[in-house]
Amino acid sequence: MTRLSMVYITLYYIAFAIFLGGFLFKIWRFAKTPAPLVIVGTPGAKSGVGTALRVASDALLFRSLFRGNKWIWVGAYCFHFGLLFLIFRHLRYFVWPLPMWYSRVEQLVGITGGLMVVIGIGWLLGRRFFHARTRYISAFSDYFVLFLLLAIAGTGLLIKFSVRTDIIAVKTFMLGLARLHPQPAPADPWFLLHFSLVLVLLVYFPFSKLMHAGGVFFSPTRNQIDWTRSTERNGGTSLPSRTRSLRRSARG
Amino acid sequence: MADIVTPKLDGKIRIPLMEEGATSHYHTLESSPKLNEALGYPGELVENWQEKAIEKFREVLDTNKALRVFMDICVKCGSCTDKCHYFIGTHDSRNMPVARQDLMRKVYRRYFTLGGKLFPKLVGASDFTKEVLDEWYTYFHQCSQCRRCSVFCPYGIDTAEISMAARLIMSHIGLSSKYSNEIIAKVYNTGNNLGIPAPALAGTMEFLEEEVKDATGVDVRYPMDEKGADVLLIAPSADFFSAPHVDSLIGYGKVFHEAGISWTVSSYASEFANFGMFVGDFHVMRKIAQRIKDAAREFGVKRIVVGECGHAWRVGHSFWNTLVGPWDFLDQRYPVPQHICEFSLDLIQRGGLKLDKSANDARIVTFHDSCNVARASSMGGYEGGQFEVPRELIRATCNNFVEMAEDTIKEKTYCCGGGGGLLTDDLMELRIRGVLPRAEALHAVMESHGVNYLALICAICKAQFTKVLPYYNIPMEVVGGIHQLVGDAIVLGGAKHEV
Repeated sequence: MTRLSMVYITLYYIAFAIFLGGFLFKIWRFAKTPAPLVIVGTPGAKSGVGTALRVASDALLFRSLFRGNKWIWVGAYCFHFGLLFLIFRHLRYFVWPLPMWYSRVEQLVGITGGLMVVIGIGWLLGRRFFHARTRYISAFSDYFVLFLLLAIAGTGLLIKFSVRTDIIAVKTFMLGLARLHPQPAPADPWFLLHFSLVLVLLVYFPFSKLMHAGGVFFSPTRNQIDWTRSTERNGGTSLPSRTRSLRRSARG
Repeated sequence: MADIVTPKLDGKIRIPLMEEGATSHYHTLESSPKLNEALGYPGELVENWQEKAIEKFREVLDTNKALRVFMDICVKCGSCTDKCHYFIGTHDSRNMPVARQDLMRKVYRRYFTLGGKLFPKLVGASDFTKEVLDEWYTYFHQCSQCRRCSVFCPYGIDTAEISMAARLIMSHIGLSSKYSNEIIAKVYNTGNNLGIPAPALAGTMEFLEEEVKDATGVDVRYPMDEKGADVLLIAPSADFFSAPHVDSLIGYGKVFHEAGISWTVSSYASEFANFGMFVGDFHVMRKIAQRIKDAAREFGVKRIVVGECGHAWRVGHSFWNTLVGPWDFLDQRYPVPQHICEFSLDLIQRGGLKLDKSANDARIVTFHDSCNVARASSMGGYEGGQFEVPRELIRATCNNFVEMAEDTIKEKTYCCGGGGGLLTDDLMELRIRGVLPRAEALHAVMESHGVNYLALICAICKAQFTKVLPYYNIPMEVVGGIHQLVGDAIVLGGAKHEV
């Protein structure tokens, strides 16, 4: 094992631990923070199923964004679903063996996804640069994450189409990491650049606005049920325990 | 009238170019030390205010999931940037919802996130300086907490929650708005926002009985403090003393008269409005709501019906149960509280009201959805009922009903520009500019359909519109409550029945 391999293997595990620990910590904190008052936004679903559908329509279809701004929606949808395709395309580096149908579709899905991501980011970056109101609200970090993702997608496309990397070596390395049985890292600098950028993204993720990926499920204006006036609850017995204790403290 | 040039209406809502700092001088009057102390806050800005503010900030983050989540997950997509009526009306870039939120987020990042602690410049973080505190006070008092931005946010981020939290934090270091604090103190002392003492209230109710008798020849009762009544009516206090509010109160009385239900108002809890919400203080909200519960218990009523008030409907509908529930001593067959629109529509649908629609034939009516009804509550027990119940009531009482443009009604409704504790003379310019999108939408139907009646179910909207629409050459007489329409259409003694 070369020193280079040792360094990359170590960095990978550190980055992955930061990502996982950070992400789970944030989610845990979102989940445990009490929401004492029902602040659900219109139309407040009256049932758990209705609420789940509502949250799902925002997570999967970006429904509220669609209502807010079709131009952002186009770019965002293109980008996010391209990302989803690319994750699918990378499954072979984490899971093996995969079913037959996977290898039949992966190229198509991968190439489509790559293009969608690049076009989507280009679109969103263009807005940040040229749309006055969006430029006004953008900080360095908003550009940074787009450029980072663009660089990841760019280097990915590069090692796929231009300076083709040895994908057998990549697969051996990646599966070794996933199986906690590290193998030597491929010495291809373009691959290592691509890989390094992904590590940066992993470390950056939990400390940034990328947490919207988990947070979208915890927004009280969307995930609460409009139950406050249902007569069977007027007895107060079904109030969440946190609410009861808050009410006691308010009385005290 | 304030000296202000308003644009000429043409029925089109335009998204303006940004003007940084256009309204940085709109600084609502600060509360006096005496008033602050009366509400349990420090009298004036405490010496170590920065430390205290961060301490309170941390406490709110730990106890309010909305704030915790909203501080972290905004991606700056820009979907909200053209949605705020104050941005449309004032052009000030900080009145774009995300920019307003960022005033708080930049402090959050500096003190509560790794990125902000290490590289404040790169993530848009900032120390909590006196200048930032000034911006907070200025711009968190230019948010009417109407929640329109939240509808269009991919994550439902609600600037109302953020402005409430900011005002709460500021109150706890001794900085708060005179207007809201004065009103809260009045409720504590007299039971209502206007500070009307019980004898004056009794006088009003007597006067209304005489008025209705003169106009109709029928003895319709307007009772106060009558123990043993079936219904406790909780109305915004403006309904007792302001025009056009009082016409709705007359309408409520006629509805109860026809329903044959005994009812009363309470001089102890003579206020539905609850400004505790505007200042973001759970404890204030609870204290005001408790008065209503105490009155209901004391009178031994079976149900609570509430009058036309937007934010108070939110508090009653969504918060009462949590704040002061349980309401197990009331008749469980009825929702607690029940909106007067629900009450009247139900009565109509069961044939309990005889209506003569032609009494409203001179009126061509449109309906303004008030923000807190539209975006923070429901009616009728079904999704979207808060849009349908008032409209059905209008259709049942009028022959001429016209909707304003799709993008300005229902959950996309524009605020009147006076909600959220901003209905004060010292923010007059803001109020005049903030009504612009609603005025444009109204102007459009006035031109196209000859609309001459803007129906509402919110006391603040009524007060705001009657005051600011004249600046756009729309007469204040167009503004009125739904129960003014109901009251005028009712044929007294027309329906004989048991309810």
